[in-house]
Amino acid sequence: MIGLNGFLIVSLIVFVLGLYCVLTRRNAIGILMGVELILNSANINYLAFARYSAGTYDGQIFALFVIMLAAAEAVIGLAIVLGIYQTFHTIDVEATETLRG
Amino acid sequence: MHELTEVTYLRWIPLLPLIGAALNGIPGALIQKNWGKQAINAIAVTPVLLAFCISVYAFFQVLGLDPDKRMLLDHMWTWIDSGNLNAGAAFVVDPLSAVMILIVTGVGGLIHIYSTGYMHDEKSYWRFFALLNLFTFSMLVLVLADNFLLMFVGWEGVGLCSYALIGFWYQTYENATAGSKAFIVNRIGDFGFALGVFLIFWTMAGADHPTVTFRDLAAHTNLIEGKTFLDFSVATVACVMLFVGATGKSAQIPLYVWLPDAMAGPTPVSALIHAATMVTAGVYMIGRTNFLFSMSADALSIVAWIGGLTALFAATIGLAQNDIKRVLAYSTVSQLGYMVLAMGVGAYAYGIFHLMTHAFFKACLFLGSGSVIHAMGGEQDMRKMGGLKKWMPYTYWTFLISTLAIAGIPGTSGFFSKDGILWSAWSSEHGSFGLWLLGYAGAAMTAFYMFRQVFMTFEGECRADHHTQEHLHESPPVMTYPLIILAALALIGGYLGVPHALGGSDRFAQFLAPVFSAGHDAHAASAHHHVDPMEYVLMALTFATVLGSIGLAYLMYIKKSLSADVFADLGGGVPYRWVYNKYYVDELYQAVVVNGLLLVTRVCAGFDRYIIDFIVDGTAYVTRFVSWINGLFDSYIIDGIVNRIADATLDIGTRFRHLQTGSINGYLYAVVAGAVLVMMVRLV
Repeated sequence: MIGLNGFLIVSLIVFVLGLYCVLTRRNAIGILMGVELILNSANINYLAFARYSAGTYDGQIFALFVIMLAAAEAVIGLAIVLGIYQTFHTIDVEATETLRG
Repeated sequence: MHELTEVTYLRWIPLLPLIGAALNGIPGALIQKNWGKQAINAIAVTPVLLAFCISVYAFFQVLGLDPDKRMLLDHMWTWIDSGNLNAGAAFVVDPLSAVMILIVTGVGGLIHIYSTGYMHDEKSYWRFFALLNLFTFSMLVLVLADNFLLMFVGWEGVGLCSYALIGFWYQTYENATAGSKAFIVNRIGDFGFALGVFLIFWTMAGADHPTVTFRDLAAHTNLIEGKTFLDFSVATVACVMLFVGATGKSAQIPLYVWLPDAMAGPTPVSALIHAATMVTAGVYMIGRTNFLFSMSADALSIVAWIGGLTALFAATIGLAQNDIKRVLAYSTVSQLGYMVLAMGVGAYAYGIFHLMTHAFFKACLFLGSGSVIHAMGGEQDMRKMGGLKKWMPYTYWTFLISTLAIAGIPGTSGFFSKDGILWSAWSSEHGSFGLWLLGYAGAAMTAFYMFRQVFMTFEGECRADHHTQEHLHESPPVMTYPLIILAALALIGGYLGVPHALGGSDRFAQFLAPVFSAGHDAHAASAHHHVDPMEYVLMALTFATVLGSIGLAYLMYIKKSLSADVFADLGGGVPYRWVYNKYYVDELYQAVVVNGLLLVTRVCAGFDRYIIDFIVDGTAYVTRFVSWINGLFDSYIIDGIVNRIADATLDIGTRFRHLQTGSINGYLYAVVAGAVLVMMVRLV
């Protein structure tokens, strides 16, 4: 069948997409979404390796941790975006270039 | 001469005048104000007369001892006891010092009495008598000392008192400078004296017998024999150095220049110090150290020739002087020359004999001149005197008697002493024709200028103005009695030393012989029984010449048949001018010595100002210069570095701050790029 390689390729594609989102979006929430994609790609990797290489369920447990951490981090991130909106009245990250040299 | 008798009363001879000096010196002004001049008189005169009585007692005690045991010692305490040097404060009376203390206290006492009259109107009466007593104390210490160091104490003391007394009326500039001149010239002599003492002590210490007492030295002269110092024998060098001290004190060539100027002091001072006592200190010193001088014929020859030359030199100057005291001053220098001449030919006893007779007649002459000056209201120029014998008979007769003595008229004391010296100059093994000739010529001149003085002052018409003539009077008894006593001594004092040639037994020389025995006295009385006829010839020749001089003076100043201008104009007046101006010696000294020293002073001052100060200031300038450079270094280099670092930091900061763009996207790119870099590094 497809096997491990298929999952790794999918994970890679998701990672790259996520990276592209982080690097290029002007919208702060868009960047956060990119970060979620990167985290989830890592999760796919964990689960794939848990199913095909390890034989134990360590990878799945770890994936659960990652999901939990991603959620916590999204909360913090959104709180920061809220703060940015209150200061700059926009969430365009190009507007937050006040702390510059 | 080693057996001596220990006594304890000799110390009172100098101490009594010292007490008088302290009493008059310290509370003197108070005493004079509350109890008057009588009190000062009592305090001043009594100690000296008491000292005279003690001296007479000491003299008789000495006379009563065996001739070779005549020495009294009064050891008071050990003054210095340090390593090699042991000097005691001790007084010795042997025949020589016995004669000296009698002269100092006797003649000194008479002068003290005279001064009570002469200084009657003086305000600082107490200061005068305090100094006079202090002088007497110093002189007695000098003649009684048993060692060089104590003698030097007295030596210096008389110099100091001489300075203080010459400059007694110091409010006048000339008097003060005369005092200073006396002290400074004396000091030069003292330097020589000190060097002589040092040399002797050093040589004796080198021979393991360090000593400074005279009797000890006399007993160990063999330790000095043969030793040399810089290629001269120690005896010669030491004696010459000691003699330099004597030329200063006893006014010989070249250090006599202070004595004529010293006439600026009161006349009793001139009589006591510059006729009878202080100036004889040099002669006494040579007599005291005769055992040393006799070891060196060269030194004796120097002494004799300087003495002879001084005798003649000073006599020539005396011929042309017009101030009554100046004539006597140069006469003193001349007579001291005779004494020194006597010591130099080995006739020590005759030198001391002349010292004694000179003390009598010269003190009488000075006191007499004081009497004249007192009567003339302060006038001292003989050209304004004349015919004073009418008003002042006592002064006249005593003055005349003393003049006869100084001229050497047979029968007077001066005759015996002066002829004794002239005979020794001729006949002694150290004497010579030249020395006799100097003495003979001097004697002729002495007679001339002394009788010129008598004639100008006392004989003929009075040349003083009418006002002065009205005030002419004989001096009070307190002044004339000493004159009479001194004149009597000038007449009969000589009979102590009548030589064998005239039937006497030369008792004076015999008395002094034990003191001079080591010195091979040229007139050891015990050996002299055969009389050389030449002695009579010389005596007669001298007497005839003296009469001739007196006659010449008579013609010139009484009969006025021969004018003084005949001599003054001789040789175009040049010799007269030289003699009148004292051969310009003072001017020479001023130009050479004084100005030379001032030149050295200026050179040293210039050295100090330009070179020493230049170095010191220069060091300061260099230091300032170095600090300036350091400052530059600090501000440009050190500060430069610090500032550059700061600038560089700022520069880097300026450049790097652009990294902080504030753009979140940019930061994210950087994170990713960094992560990729790390992975690549790890994989490779």
